[in-house]
Amino acid sequence: MSASSGPERHTSAAPAIELRGISKSFGPVQANKDISIRVMPGTIHGIIGENGAGKSTLMSILYGFYKADKGEIFIAGRKTEIPDSQAAIAAGIGMVFQHFKLVENFTVLENIVLGAEEGWLLRPSLAKARRSLLDLASEYGLNVDPDAVIEDLGVGMQQRVEILKALYRQADILILDEPTGVLTPSEADQLFRILDRLRAEGKTIVLITHKLREIMDITDTVSVMRRGEMTATVRTSETSPAELAELMVGRKVLLRVDKTPARPGATVLEIRGLHVSDEKGVERVKGIDLTVRAGEIVGIAGVAGNGQSELLELLGGMRGGKGAVLLNGAPLDLAGPHADGRGRRNRGIAHVPEDRQREGLIMDFHAWENVAFGYHHDPAYRSGVLMNNAALRADTDAKIEKFDIRPANGWQTARNFSGGNQQKIVVAREIERNPDLLLIGQPTRGVDIGAIEFIHKQIMALRDQGKAILLVSVELEEILSLSDRVAVMFDGHIMGERLPGETDEKELGLLMAGVSGQSDPLAAVN
Amino acid sequence: MEKMPRWADVVLIPLISLILAAAISAVVILAIGEDPVAAVRLMVDGALGSTYGWGYTLYYATNFMFTGLAVAVAFHARLFNIGGEGQAMLGGLGVALVALYVPWPHWSFALIFAVAGAALFGAVWAAVPAYLQARRGSHIVITTIMFNFIAAAVLNYVLVNLLRPAGSMDPASARFPEAVHLPTLHEMLAPFGIAFSKAAPANVSLLVALLACLLVWLLIWRTRLGYEIRAYGHSETGALYAGISPFKITMIAMIISGALAGMMAINNVMGEAERLVLNATEGAGFIGIAVALMGRSHPFGVFLAAILFGFLYQGGAELALWTSIPRELIVVIQALVILFTGALDNMVRMPLEALFLRLRKRRA
Repeated sequence: MSASSGPERHTSAAPAIELRGISKSFGPVQANKDISIRVMPGTIHGIIGENGAGKSTLMSILYGFYKADKGEIFIAGRKTEIPDSQAAIAAGIGMVFQHFKLVENFTVLENIVLGAEEGWLLRPSLAKARRSLLDLASEYGLNVDPDAVIEDLGVGMQQRVEILKALYRQADILILDEPTGVLTPSEADQLFRILDRLRAEGKTIVLITHKLREIMDITDTVSVMRRGEMTATVRTSETSPAELAELMVGRKVLLRVDKTPARPGATVLEIRGLHVSDEKGVERVKGIDLTVRAGEIVGIAGVAGNGQSELLELLGGMRGGKGAVLLNGAPLDLAGPHADGRGRRNRGIAHVPEDRQREGLIMDFHAWENVAFGYHHDPAYRSGVLMNNAALRADTDAKIEKFDIRPANGWQTARNFSGGNQQKIVVAREIERNPDLLLIGQPTRGVDIGAIEFIHKQIMALRDQGKAILLVSVELEEILSLSDRVAVMFDGHIMGERLPGETDEKELGLLMAGVSGQSDPLAAVN
Repeated sequence: MEKMPRWADVVLIPLISLILAAAISAVVILAIGEDPVAAVRLMVDGALGSTYGWGYTLYYATNFMFTGLAVAVAFHARLFNIGGEGQAMLGGLGVALVALYVPWPHWSFALIFAVAGAALFGAVWAAVPAYLQARRGSHIVITTIMFNFIAAAVLNYVLVNLLRPAGSMDPASARFPEAVHLPTLHEMLAPFGIAFSKAAPANVSLLVALLACLLVWLLIWRTRLGYEIRAYGHSETGALYAGISPFKITMIAMIISGALAGMMAINNVMGEAERLVLNATEGAGFIGIAVALMGRSHPFGVFLAAILFGFLYQGGAELALWTSIPRELIVVIQALVILFTGALDNMVRMPLEALFLRLRKRRA
C-alpha cells in the first residue's frame, strides 16, 4: 500500500487542526500537559501512546466531550470553541469511536440520519440520506447496503457506517479511536484503503492507536504521547518502530519475546467435542477438540466474539457446557456444584480472565484483598473462622516486590492502579499459585508496553517450568510471538492449528475470517 | 491517589450535610412563624437533657440499629432490602410466641430464645423474596415492599383471630408473663448507684444491638463469608469468576438481613410493649434505610446514625408536644436529614474534593 507519500501541501494552507497549549486534569491526574499539534489538511496524522498516555482525553477535548483547562483550538485557521459534540460536528469534525455508537436494530440509513433529521417527517430526510449515501459510496468506495439492519452486518461494515455517518454530517476531519481493535487483518487492510482514498479526496484524518505497524503503514506524521505530554511529532518516513516505541515508553524496549523452543511433556488439558452456549442459549462453541501439553503455550487466535471467551469461561468454571474436558486425565465437571471457579482452582487451574476490571479484580477492594480473590478459602489466609488479613498483607507485599507492582502500596484500591499494574496483580496472584494449567485471556489488553514485556516474560517462565498454558488473545502479534502452537477459532469452530514459525498473519487472518486452507463447508458462512 | 483524606470522607461530609439539613429546617421553622433556636433547644433538652429523654432516644436508637444493620448487610451484597418493616413485624410474632407459650424461669433464657425466634421469623420473611430474586429474577425491591404489606395483613389476621385473648376488643396479644420482663436501663443501672429514669423504655436490648453491631462488623470485614458478600456486591461477574455462588450469597445475605430486622422485636415488643400490638414497628424498618445510608453501611456508622435518628425521633416528639410546630414538620426535618446525608451526598462531596485538591496542589 502506498502510504507514506502524503500530499505535500503543508506550506500553503492553514492547518486543518491546530491545538495550542491544551492542558486538562482530572483531580490529581494531569491527563494532558500543554499539548500543541498541527495537522495539515489532506494528511493522516497518527497519535500513538500507551494506555493512559492521554490520547483519548485529547481527542475528547477536540470532540467537545471534555473542556480543556487551558489552551486553544484552531480549526482551518480559525479559533474555535468546542463546548459539545454538536459544536464539533458543526466545525466539521467527525469521530469514529472504538465501541460503535449505532442502534443495532435500525437500518444503515436510519442510523445515518439519526440526530441529523430535518423537519417533522422522517421520510424526506431518509430520501435525502439515501441520495447522498450513494454519492459518498461512489466518491470514497464506501459501499454499504443502506437498508441492511446493523446487527446483521459484520464489524468491518459497521465501522464503515460510522465513517459514513461522519461524512454525511460533512466532516472534513475524521478522528478514529483504535479503529482496528475489532477487525481481522484483512478488514484492517480494507479500512486503510478507505482512509487512503479519503486522504486523496482532501480529508484530514487523525488515527489514534497503540499499534506501531499501523502508524508506519498509513500515517504521514505521527505524534507520540507519554504521561499526558506530547513527547515528539515526527514525519513517519523519518522514523522507525523502535524509535517510536522508545519515545512511548521512555526507554528501550524489546518488541519481540525471547523465546526458547518448547519442550512439551504429557497432555495436561484435553478437550473433546465441547459445546458451550452463552446466557441467551446461543451456542458459541460448537464442538471443538483441543489439547494443551505441559510446557507449551497454545494460543487461540480469532476475532473477538467467535467463541474464545466462552471457551475460556467454561474452563475457568464461569459457565457450563457439554462434551468432555480432561485435566491430567481426569474429567472436569462441566455442570453441577463443582463446576465453578472454586472447583477449578482446587483442580490446579489458574485463570487470568479477559476482563480484569469486571472479573479478575474487585476494583473497590484494596490490592491485598484482591490478592486473595478466588483463593480466599486458602487455609494460609485463614485463622479460625476469621480471615488472616495480616498473612494476606504480607503475601501481597511479597508479590508487589516480586512483580514490581507500582505504587508499592497494598492498601491502595485496585481502581487506583494503572491498567498494567492491575494486570500484574492478577497475573501475580494466578502464576504464584503454581497451577498445572494457566488460562490467560487478553493478557496485555490495555497494558502499557513496559508491563507487556514483563507479563510476557512471566508467561514464558511459567511455560519453562513445565506448565500448560492456554492463551486467548485478539492481538495476532501477541499470539504469534508467545505461542508454541496456534489454533484459530471462527464461529465456534477451530478452523485449524498452525505452528507460529510456519505461518504468517495473512494465513491466520484468512482462517480468522472463516476461510480455511482446505475447501471447507464453513467457508460459506458469512 | 485518594481524592481526600479519610477523615474528611467519614466525618466532614456527614457533618456538613447535617448542618445544611439543619439550616434548611431552621428556614422552614422560621417560615411557619416559630423560633428555630427555641425549637433546637427544646429538641436537645427533650432528647438529651434528662435520663428520661436519653432513655427514649436510646430506645429508638436500638430499633434503628437493628434495622439499619439489616439494610447495611444486604446492601453490601448490593441487595436493597426495603422489607425491614415487614421482617420486624414478623420478628414480633416470633418473640410473642416464644414469650407467651413457653414458661421461662428467667428473662435471660427468654431473651436468648426470643432473639432466636425473632431472627428466625424475620429471616424466613426475607428468604422468600431472596429466593424469588436469585432463582426467578423478581426484583428484590419490589418483592420486599410487597412483603411489608403481606406481613401487616398476616399480623392483623394472627392478632385478631389467633392471639387475641378471649373477650378482648383490642387486636393485640395477651400481656407477656412477668418472667420474661427485660430489665430496663433503670433496673440495670440502679445497682451501680446511677439513677436512670424509671419511665423510659430503653432496656437490655440496647446491649444486644451493640453486640450485633460488633458481630456484623466482624462478619463483613473479617470473615470469608463477608468477603464473598462484599465481592458479590461489587461485581457479580467478578464473583462468578472467583467461584462465589450468586444464589448462595443472595440467600445468605438476605437471611442475615431479615434476621437482624426481625431482632428489633426484642426491643419494641419484648422490652417495651410486653405484648404484641398492631403496627408495633412504627416505621422503624424504613428509618433503617436512612440509617444505613447515612452510616455508609458500616456498623459503626450505623450506630452513630441510629443515635442521631433516635435523637430526632425523641426530640421531634417533644417538639410536637410542647410547641405549635405540627408533627408533620418533624417528618420534614427527618426527611431533610435523609435527603442531605443520603441522596445529596455528592453535592457536598464534589466541592469538598475540589477544595482538598487545591490545598494539596498549593502545598506541593
